Amino acid sequence: MIKATRKTGLVFFPAFDWAISPTHPEREERLLYTRDQVFEEGLFDIEGIIEFKPDMVTRDDIRRVHFCVPDEWSVVTESHLVSGGGAKTIGSVVMEKKVEKGFALVRPPGHHAMRVVHGARGFCNINIEAIMIEYLRDAYGVERVAIVDTDCHHGDGTQDIYWHDPDTLFISLHQDGRTLYPGSGFTHELGGPTAFGTTINIPLPPRTSEEGFLYAVDNVILPLLEEFKPELIINSAGQDNHYTDPITDMQFSAQGYAKLTEKISPDIAVLEGGYSIEGALPYVNVGIILALAGIDYSSVKEPDYDRNMLKQSRESMEYIRKTCDQVMEYWEKAPSIKEKMLASGSIKERERTIYYDTDNILENQKEQIVLCKDCPGMYSIESWTDRGKRILAVHIPRKACSRCEDLGYKIYETSARKNLNLIFLQDRKNKQFFVNEPGK
Amino acid sequence: MIIGLDVGGTHTDVVLISSGGLLNQIKVPTNSDDLYNSVLDGLNKILKNVDVNAIERIVLSTTLTTNAVVSNTLQPVGLIVSSGPGINPEHYRIGDHFFCVKGSIDHRGREVQPIEPLEIEAIASRMRSEGIKSVGVIGKFSVRNPSHENKIVKLLDGSFNYVLAGHRVSGNLNFPRRIATVYLYSAVYEIHKNFFDAVTQSLKSKGIKVPIHILKADGGTMSVETSVQFPGQTILSGPAASVMGAVPYAQSSGDSLVMDIGGTTTDMAILVNKVPLLEPLGIELGGYKTLIRALKTKSIPLGGDSAVSVDGNKNLAIGPQRTGPAMAFGGSEPTPTDALIFLEIMKSGDFNKAKEAMNKVSSKLGCSNMEAAQLVHIKFCEKLLAAANEMINEINKRPVYTVHEFLEGHQVKPSEILVLGGPAPYFAEQLEKMSGLPVRVVPNWNVANALGAALARATSEITLFVDTERGIASAPEEDFYKPVDKEFTLEDAKRLAFSILRNKVIREGSATDEIEMEILEEQQFNMVRGFYTTGKNIRVKVQVKPGLIKNYDNITSKFV
Repeated sequence: MIKATRKTGLVFFPAFDWAISPTHPEREERLLYTRDQVFEEGLFDIEGIIEFKPDMVTRDDIRRVHFCVPDEWSVVTESHLVSGGGAKTIGSVVMEKKVEKGFALVRPPGHHAMRVVHGARGFCNINIEAIMIEYLRDAYGVERVAIVDTDCHHGDGTQDIYWHDPDTLFISLHQDGRTLYPGSGFTHELGGPTAFGTTINIPLPPRTSEEGFLYAVDNVILPLLEEFKPELIINSAGQDNHYTDPITDMQFSAQGYAKLTEKISPDIAVLEGGYSIEGALPYVNVGIILALAGIDYSSVKEPDYDRNMLKQSRESMEYIRKTCDQVMEYWEKAPSIKEKMLASGSIKERERTIYYDTDNILENQKEQIVLCKDCPGMYSIESWTDRGKRILAVHIPRKACSRCEDLGYKIYETSARKNLNLIFLQDRKNKQFFVNEPGK
Repeated sequence: MIIGLDVGGTHTDVVLISSGGLLNQIKVPTNSDDLYNSVLDGLNKILKNVDVNAIERIVLSTTLTTNAVVSNTLQPVGLIVSSGPGINPEHYRIGDHFFCVKGSIDHRGREVQPIEPLEIEAIASRMRSEGIKSVGVIGKFSVRNPSHENKIVKLLDGSFNYVLAGHRVSGNLNFPRRIATVYLYSAVYEIHKNFFDAVTQSLKSKGIKVPIHILKADGGTMSVETSVQFPGQTILSGPAASVMGAVPYAQSSGDSLVMDIGGTTTDMAILVNKVPLLEPLGIELGGYKTLIRALKTKSIPLGGDSAVSVDGNKNLAIGPQRTGPAMAFGGSEPTPTDALIFLEIMKSGDFNKAKEAMNKVSSKLGCSNMEAAQLVHIKFCEKLLAAANEMINEINKRPVYTVHEFLEGHQVKPSEILVLGGPAPYFAEQLEKMSGLPVRVVPNWNVANALGAALARATSEITLFVDTERGIASAPEEDFYKPVDKEFTLEDAKRLAFSILRNKVIREGSATDEIEMEILEEQQFNMVRGFYTTGKNIRVKVQVKPGLIKNYDNITSKFV
C-alpha cells in the first residue's frame, strides 16, 4: 500500500456553486475534473494524506492585510471567505505540526489582490496567501516567510502587499509581462526602499518548457531560499504555465510541476490560477499532491503528454539563462543599493495607476513611505478611483519604531479632509485597525 | 409471519413476528466453524409448531463473509486492472494473480488507449492453468465508460465461475477502492454461494417457498439471488441489524445516537429523523478500503465483559480485551458486569463472585469496593460517550464542496440516546446522568438485532452520469447506457435515475409499494469551451434509503 513519506494536509474547496459569470474561466466547472481525478486516484485514502474542512475568514483576518473600500463585506462573497479560510486552515495545521506539508486546493484565487481593494482584479478580490501569512504571524509568531509564486501571471497583488516588508521574500516566476496580463513583474522590480531586494521577479519568455522552469528553480529560487532562510515557504501554485492553458502561452507539464514542487519543497501550497480545466488541472494537481507527500509521481502524465513536442528553442534557453544571471546580480547588489536609498532619511513618494480588469475600475495611488533606518517604515496611500471614491490608508508595519508608530497615528488623526470618503489606519504593530468617515 | 435471523459472534438470534407482535424469540449458540448448522438450528427451533405456509418473509444476516475477510479464508482471485496515467496500479496489488494491462479511459469517459485483446487472452489462459475460478476486472474511470471492462469480461466469457466488472459494484469514483471491492466480492463468491444454496435448499425441503432476503451492510435487504451476484454487500451486516432494530423507537425528528453494547464491543450509529447515516464511500475491514455501501458505525472494544485492570500507577483500564465472562458468571477477571452486579443495578449472577471481582480492583486502587464499582461504572460510560463524541465530530468535520453546503450543512447533535444489547439497560441511567440526554432502552433489547433484520426493507443506490457534450447518459451499476441530446435537463436526469433505481430495487426483492426514493446528490455544470456553452455535465445519485417495511409500526407498537 502507498504511504505518504511526508504527512500532508489538504483543504479541497472547489466551490461548485460559485462563478464570476457563467462562461468566465473562474466558474463552477473549474475544479470538477480535478475532483474527479483526485477522487478516482483515491488520494484521500492514502495513509498520511488528510483532508481538512476549511474555516472561514473573519473581518479581522482581512484587516491584517487589506484596506477594503468601502468595507470588507462589499468586496467579497462567501466563496472568498471560504477560499481564504481554507488557506488559513492549512497554515494552522502545518504550524501545529498536525501535518508536515499542506495544500489549499481552493477557489477563487487571490494573488492579484493588492493592499488597497476597490474590487476584483485578475479574478481576485482578497489575497488569500497574504491573509494566511499575516494570520500565522499573529497566531504563531512566524517571522520570515518566503512566497514562491509559480502562477503564469505575475503575482502583482502579493508583490504589492509585501513591497515594503523585508521579512517576506516574494519570488514570482511568470510569463514575461510584455506578453501577458498584468503586464508587470520585470527583473528591476525589487521592492520598496526599506525592503529592497526581497521582491524578486523572473519573467520567462513565451513557450518556456520544463527545462527553462527547472533552470530558474535551480539557479535562482533555490539559492535565494537558501540564503534568505525563511521559517516558512509558501507556494502560490498557479497551474496556468501548462501547455494546454487557454489564456497563456507556456509549455510546462504535470511532470514539470511535480518536479518543481519537489525541488522548492514548500511547507504550504495554495492554488492560484490555471484554466485548462480538463487537460491540465486534474493531472497537475495530482502531481503536486504526490510530490508534496513524497509519493512516486513518475506516471502522472497528461494523456497527450509528449516531452519531445514541448522542447523549447535554444535561443529561449539562452534568454532564460541571461535573465537568471541578471536576477542574481540584482539580488547581490540590492543590500548596498538599499543602504544608499535609506541614507537620505526622508520620505519617498510614488504615484501609479491600477486597473481592475475584472470589475473595470481605474484607481490612482499616491504613496508616501518614511525611509526609516530603524524599521521598515510607516507608509500612507491616498487612493482615488474613477467611481469617485477617495481614501487615505495608513499602514504601520509590525516592526515599526515608535517614531513611525506615532507618525502613523498622527496622520490618521489629522488628515480628515472633506474630499476623503474614508481614512483607514492599519496598525500591525499593536494589531489594531481603525476607520474614520470624515463626512459623517 | 416474518422470520428475522441474525448470527452474532456468540449467539444467533431468531425472532418470529406477525401483526400480532413478537410471537417467539430464540437464542442459540453460534458455532463459528459451522455457521450453516447454527443458522439451521435457529430456524428449526423457531419453526417448531409453526405453519410454514404462513411465513411471508425471511431475512437473514450472517457473519459468514465478514469472518472470511477477517480471518483471511478467501478464495484466490484473478484481477485484471487497466489504469493508464496516474498512480502506479501495482501499489494496489492484491494476491498473486494481479495483472496490469493496457487500456485507459479519462475522467470524461473518453478512450485514451484501447485494450489489447491478445494480452487479455494470454492472461485468461494463464489464470485457467493456475486454477483461478473467480475473476475481477477493474478499469480506472470505468464508471465513466465501462466499455473496456465489458470487452474484457466478454473475452473471459465462459472460462470462469464468477467474473465481476468494477463498474457494477458502485457508481462512486475511487479506483483503489474499486479494486479492493471487486476483489472482496470475487473472493467471497464461492463461500457465500455454497452457503446460501444450502440454506435455500434446506428451507425448500421444509416447504418454505417465499423469497429469502439477505441483510446488507447499509441496513437494507436484497434477494438471495442478488446476493449471489453481489456477495460483498453482506460483509459487515452485523452492526446494521442492531441499528435497524433501534430505528422503530427513534424520535421521528432530530438526531439519535444508537449504542449497541455487547459483551466485547460496542457499536454506535447516528439516526437523523429515524434514518441511519451512511458511510460516505464504504466499509473498511481487514485492511481493505471499499466502496461497499454501509451504515456509518463506530465499533469500540468496550463491552460488559471487557477485562478491568489497574496498573502500578493506580490507573484503571477497561478493555480492550475480553478474557471471558464476568466473574459473577464464572470468569476469572473483573468486568464492568461485576461492577453492575455489586452495585445491585443488575440482579443476576453470583453476587459474592462480583464482590470478589471488585476486591481485586479496590485493593489495587486503595479504595472501598463500593468506590471501585462506582468508578468502573462511571468510567465505562465516560468511554462510551467519549467515543460517541469522537464519531460525531468526525461526521461534522466532513468536508463539503459547495458554498451552500458550507453555510447550511447539517451538524449532527443528538437529542436522545437509544441503547440496546445485553448490558444496555444497566448503563442507561448513568449514561443519562452523564450525557444530559434522555436515554431509552430499546424494547426487546436482547433480540433487537434479529428484529432489525426482520423489519428492514430493500435498499439500493444508483448514480446517473450525463454528459450532453458527448451525448451520453449512463448508470454504471446497472450497465445502463443511453444516448441523449443537448436538451437533456437535470429534471430529465432525476426522472431517469428514479426509474432505473425503481427497476433495480424491485428486481432485488423490494415490494412495489414500499419504495421511497430520494436524491442524495444532484449537480449540474455548464461545460464551457472557449466562450461558449458546449454542453451540460450532470451527476445525480439516488437511493432507496434504509428504513423499515410498510406497516412495521403495527408490529412494533405491540412490543413495548
